[in-house]
Amino acid sequence: MRDVAVVGIGVMRFGELWETPLRDLCVNASLQAVEDAGVDRVDSIVVGSMACGLFTEQEHVAALAADYLGLGPVPATRVEAACASGGAALRAGFAEVASGLSDVVLVLGVEKMTDVSGDATTAGLATAAEQEYETFYGATFPGMSAMIARAYMERYHAAPEHLAAVAVKNHAHGALNPLAQFQNTITVDDVLQSVLVADPLHMLDCSPVSDGAAAVVLCSAETARRARKRPIRITGVGFATDTISLYRRPDLTRMAAVERAAKAAYAMARRAPGDIQVAEVHDGFTIMEICSIEELGFVPRGQGKDAAPSGLTALGGRIPVNPGGGLKARGHPVGATGVAQACEIVTQLRGEAGKRQVPGARIGLTQNMGGSAGSASVHIFEA
Amino acid sequence: MITARVWREKKPRYLNQIGRCKGCGRLFFPPRRVCDGCRGREIETRAMSETGRVLTYTIIRVAPPAFAQEVPYAVAVLEMDDGARMLTQVTDVAPEDIRTGMRVRLEFRKIRQHGRTGVIAYGHKAVPE
Ligand SMILES: [Zn+2]
Repeated sequence: MRDVAVVGIGVMRFGELWETPLRDLCVNASLQAVEDAGVDRVDSIVVGSMACGLFTEQEHVAALAADYLGLGPVPATRVEAACASGGAALRAGFAEVASGLSDVVLVLGVEKMTDVSGDATTAGLATAAEQEYETFYGATFPGMSAMIARAYMERYHAAPEHLAAVAVKNHAHGALNPLAQFQNTITVDDVLQSVLVADPLHMLDCSPVSDGAAAVVLCSAETARRARKRPIRITGVGFATDTISLYRRPDLTRMAAVERAAKAAYAMARRAPGDIQVAEVHDGFTIMEICSIEELGFVPRGQGKDAAPSGLTALGGRIPVNPGGGLKARGHPVGATGVAQACEIVTQLRGEAGKRQVPGARIGLTQNMGGSAGSASVHIFEA
Repeated sequence: MITARVWREKKPRYLNQIGRCKGCGRLFFPPRRVCDGCRGREIETRAMSETGRVLTYTIIRVAPPAFAQEVPYAVAVLEMDDGARMLTQVTDVAPEDIRTGMRVRLEFRKIRQHGRTGVIAYGHKAVPE
């Protein structure tokens, strides 16, 4: 395999972008990434999007992006893995460059979620679960994480305050990120007093509904020498699946796909959890960050709940997690998230993260998951 | 075709039919062709135990349109006495009174109506034993 580097990033401020159509989301993030890279050509486009058809009635989004970018006739295809679509697209782009099939690949993550009603968004996100044997009975997407949260809280004696601390931390980080959808700080009380969505999860335990896109330009190490900025290598790639149905998991407190994806990425990069200096972790719901940092090996099992309250995963802590605000504060246009995470880690490893910079960070990790960890993606980046 | 989508699932949903891998004994609801434990393909079908317990649960307060009239309602992961697992609603009890480990029994109930067609789908809900 050839070495692969990120040479350009493009990410916009996520939010309720009512004035911006899907095609412009694609174009805005992509043009920014191509200009940042300084490349004069793109050989292929890979787009991650979970449900653009359900949310906007537009499928065929990769061809749409190629067309409006003026990049036709380059090949353009879409990759889907629910909320891990962005991570899956990054992996597919990596494979194209590593294999030599393409030399310069534009990886775009995009989702436009606010054109439909809240009801329809709830129903759309629930398509990540088994339709006939989970959603059928009335389970919702937050409900799945709520059931994991209850199992975890009862096993490890965690309190709602432990979960809330994750949201508080990520909002504090988001307040330092000019591209975060929410730049306000919140308190544990704010979280606990927000309405219950699915017990024990409150509204502020949940990431928001967002529009947005993010893009990266990947190329071979040789082409990367001509890039405008210091190339950031992708040294580890891991992806794994688990039962799509939560109810079939032997241990309801585990997200085994995250562990498997992480092991594969660590092995490929010849790195261990202790080598990671900054991480972007999938906090679609607060419990997901708690479980994920255990599966990633940052803390022992059962101790994920203590990481945010103790400051371990805050900026200035041993392993800062979600310095960009996470899905919680940066926003979560589902297909864009895995790519936005990569943009944040590249920004950190370039030393361009401003007030939220992790000093001297040279090795970073992104972890993105689909559904209730039915899919999981992990990438390791090195300056 | 929503009617086809509903009736083709009727055996597992109406009869609580599960699959059991003859190779390793793993149970599946619904039945499936390939065992995800040993990849064996000799799967026999049988009926799921009608009693079991709550492994974890939640109270849904924000629901998609098909269930919007019913909030708040409880959804749980159940482990039946034969070891089979399913996810369904727990009803005939105040949601706040549900506990992990609570004993339940399955009852045949209306589950939902599908969109504009109004097709009614049935299945099993759990009630306190
Ligand atoms: Zn088997």
